[in-house]
Amino acid sequence: MAEERKELIKLESGEAEQPFRWSAGVYGSRFLTELRDNKRFVGVRCPRCGKVYVPPRNVCGPCFVELTELVPVSDEGEIVTFTVVGFGFVDPSTGKQKPVPYGYAVIKLDGADTYILHYLDETDPQKIKVGARVKAVFEEERTGSMLDVRHFTLLDR
Amino acid sequence: MGKRVAVVGVGMTKQRSSRPDVNGQELINEAVRAALEDAGISRRDIDAVVIGNMDHFEGINYVDTWSVDGSGALMKPIMKLTTGGTTGTTVAMAAYYHVASGLFQRVLAIGWEKNSESDTTGAIITAFDPFWDRPIFAGAVAGLALEATQYMHLTGATEEDAAYVAVRERRHALNNPYAHLHINLTIEDVMNSPYLSWPVKMGDMCPRTDGACAVVFASEDVVDEFPHRPAWILAVADRHLWSYTSDPYVNQALETGGWAPKEVYDKVGIRDPLKEIDVAELYLPYSFAGLRYMESLGFCERGGGPALVRSGATDMGGECPVNPSGGVMSSNAIGATGLLRVAECALQIQGRAGDRQVPDVEIALATGFGGCFWSDVLLMGGEMPEKPRG
Amino acid sequence: MEPVAVVGVGMTTIRRERREDGYADLVYEAVRLALEDAGMTIDQVDNVVTVSNDFFDGRTISSMAVQDACGSFDKNVSTVEGDGTFGAFYGLMRTLSGSFGTTLVCAHHKGSECVMPLITNAMFDPIYERFLGVEAVTSAALQARSYMERYGVAEEDCALVSVKNHGNAFRNPAAQLPLRLTVEEVMSSPYVAEPLKVLDCCPISDGASAIILASRERAERITAKPVWVKGVAHCCDAYHLGDRDLSEVRPLREAARRAYIMAGIYDPRKEIDLVELYDAFSYMELMWLEGLGFCGPGEGGKLTASGATAFEGELPVNPSGGCLSGHPVLVAGLNRIIECVLQIRGDAGERQVEGVRTAVAHGINGPCGQSHCVWVLGGER
Repeated sequence: MAEERKELIKLESGEAEQPFRWSAGVYGSRFLTELRDNKRFVGVRCPRCGKVYVPPRNVCGPCFVELTELVPVSDEGEIVTFTVVGFGFVDPSTGKQKPVPYGYAVIKLDGADTYILHYLDETDPQKIKVGARVKAVFEEERTGSMLDVRHFTLLDR
Repeated sequence: MGKRVAVVGVGMTKQRSSRPDVNGQELINEAVRAALEDAGISRRDIDAVVIGNMDHFEGINYVDTWSVDGSGALMKPIMKLTTGGTTGTTVAMAAYYHVASGLFQRVLAIGWEKNSESDTTGAIITAFDPFWDRPIFAGAVAGLALEATQYMHLTGATEEDAAYVAVRERRHALNNPYAHLHINLTIEDVMNSPYLSWPVKMGDMCPRTDGACAVVFASEDVVDEFPHRPAWILAVADRHLWSYTSDPYVNQALETGGWAPKEVYDKVGIRDPLKEIDVAELYLPYSFAGLRYMESLGFCERGGGPALVRSGATDMGGECPVNPSGGVMSSNAIGATGLLRVAECALQIQGRAGDRQVPDVEIALATGFGGCFWSDVLLMGGEMPEKPRG
Repeated sequence: MEPVAVVGVGMTTIRRERREDGYADLVYEAVRLALEDAGMTIDQVDNVVTVSNDFFDGRTISSMAVQDACGSFDKNVSTVEGDGTFGAFYGLMRTLSGSFGTTLVCAHHKGSECVMPLITNAMFDPIYERFLGVEAVTSAALQARSYMERYGVAEEDCALVSVKNHGNAFRNPAAQLPLRLTVEEVMSSPYVAEPLKVLDCCPISDGASAIILASRERAERITAKPVWVKGVAHCCDAYHLGDRDLSEVRPLREAARRAYIMAGIYDPRKEIDLVELYDAFSYMELMWLEGLGFCGPGEGGKLTASGATAFEGELPVNPSGGCLSGHPVLVAGLNRIIECVLQIRGDAGERQVEGVRTAVAHGINGPCGQSHCVWVLGGER
């Protein structure tokens, strides 16, 4: 063999993708249609411990009982914790670079006992506080997704 | 009654940012051959193989059947497990139960990852719920930043406190020839590194790594066949709670990180973990975890993490050195990471940890972390336990 | 092996699409059914093993979706990625370890949510094979051809399996595809990948299942009808199709050999009363019958043609309708175990086979049955 070449080959997966069609389930569908059609948040209450789950789900993990009672919750709430994302990355849902920086938070909606993730309309961490009040701002065009909420806006600036 | 189980051999590849010179099976095989050689046995002696990684980091489905050429599982039983970041400890526990069941005497556990082969952030985002989490979630760095913000809010800990952990881990790694990062950092370096996701900075985070680890587990009935002191599994426990990323924050539910440690302490009779445990190899993916975990592990009270760490108790020579290997912040081939913690504890108990050896280790603690703040805990020791305690 | 029993089983109906249900909904349904069957509450479950696959679910940590639904709150829990028979095997070991008196094992699958050929294409090596487009069906076609050529098995022999199993499914309300077929109809269905025709192939399905395993002490307190694990083993062949003799069932023979030794089975044909095996394709039933030692190599077709494996035969095979009548991947192996349990208990309803004392359940992982798991279950300890 002639002079050994030390070339190490990498194979690109190219445009390969695996599309999925996930089911939101009965309560998840109600949540998303309420968001889309009425700009309202709903949760589901545990008949045993009384905890209101948002986003809704079918079972309370600690009590292991089925959840069936839909209840309305507010579009206002407070920040449980937050971050400001500064690094660039490709969003696997869109295949595109996510625009940075953006602020996002774990948010407790009034009337809910579990929390949701959502964007904030603020990117200066010094201006965001744990416990700060926030309110949902809805998109004009809504499709039945969490992104029907554009972001949460800080109420007490 | 089940069998008592010990680690009798370990093998690891050098952890590197990228290994373009080997494919996945070959990387696995490097660790497997090292472990078999270390245990003084051959492929023939292995009764069963357990393997784990996170599928979407390499895009291989059915890694158990795909890996056979590397894992040595040809015409043997092989089982795949996957639980995200905890995969390595999940694999260790599965190997433990394989042997403890009495059905197998010598079991090979393998954890591996080639994180260089995909977009780590993208693959971690897709670990979470497509409806509720994915549209907003920004992967491990940003997810951990949420924990850091809450932790600082609840305890008054500072970014400098976390930087102390980041520096400690990298300093320890200088003693470990297998570690990916060999860098001497100062607290200023960490503080001056750019924010990735406030309050988490570049210096606070683990790297992305290619690497594999293999560990041989053996039954009490055959441990005498092996050349090294057996490193016994004293107890194991895990909690994989919650289904959505924001669930762990409910009622400061990060407290649940203490449930699995408490279970193993209760089983073994550990009352003062900081004093009774001689060394800990913990899955700390970023610096703030090195504060919070101290509390979850019962090394100090809630909020005591910063003071404990700054006291030097977790440094080499301290009361309970944490991550003499340099830990996850110095090497993070995710599927291998948890198993590396177990391998490092075994080496410490056996007195074979080289420059990173802690003197006279009798009790060692290994943990795994992942998912929605999931926690896996293995307590290991130099003396055979009185009875199997899972 | 210390005695361990299956003390509760639950399965959802298997359907082409259960659109109203997410993974957690399906798992919760199956787990509740298993608890109800065992007369247990979730508090009496000591630990949990879930079974899922990150590719099929399109989710890097697929087990996260079902942690609430499987009842693992404040319990030890782990996740096997593979067929349900392998998940159950891990559940068995956790029970045998003495750490847990009871273990819940659950599995879920929604074929309706993913594109199956893309997922199973990802089983193949990305560097050397994947670009060929080879996936579960086309690789199975290679195996079918290899087997049929070697032993002179005809497509009609395979078609008989399809006719039998789809017919059996009429007695199983959970089955997805009960069909009254003739060999001619199977033969005239269109080729998917020659020699496999549409009616030789399992359907795409949604479903979930759960079983509860218990130590002897706990089992005898939980139920009057425990079904005991007599023997169990699994074994894996080489990976690259070119490294294997696809016409052979070497790993199944080995798994069956080990399971039979544990169970004290010397003559499987005489000592086993019923078989539930993983018939993802009709030819597989013939090959697996041979691997399980019910007939010689190449004789699966003859055995089937003789009527021995029919519902009324001396060795009913897949009285549930098998995977051909409903194939939620991963769940499918657990369903084989569940059917054996129901038959041994005498709880199989309209499809009850008389006098089932010992039954074999079987599952596979990887392409062309690369890895096999064999369970021998019995009514007597």
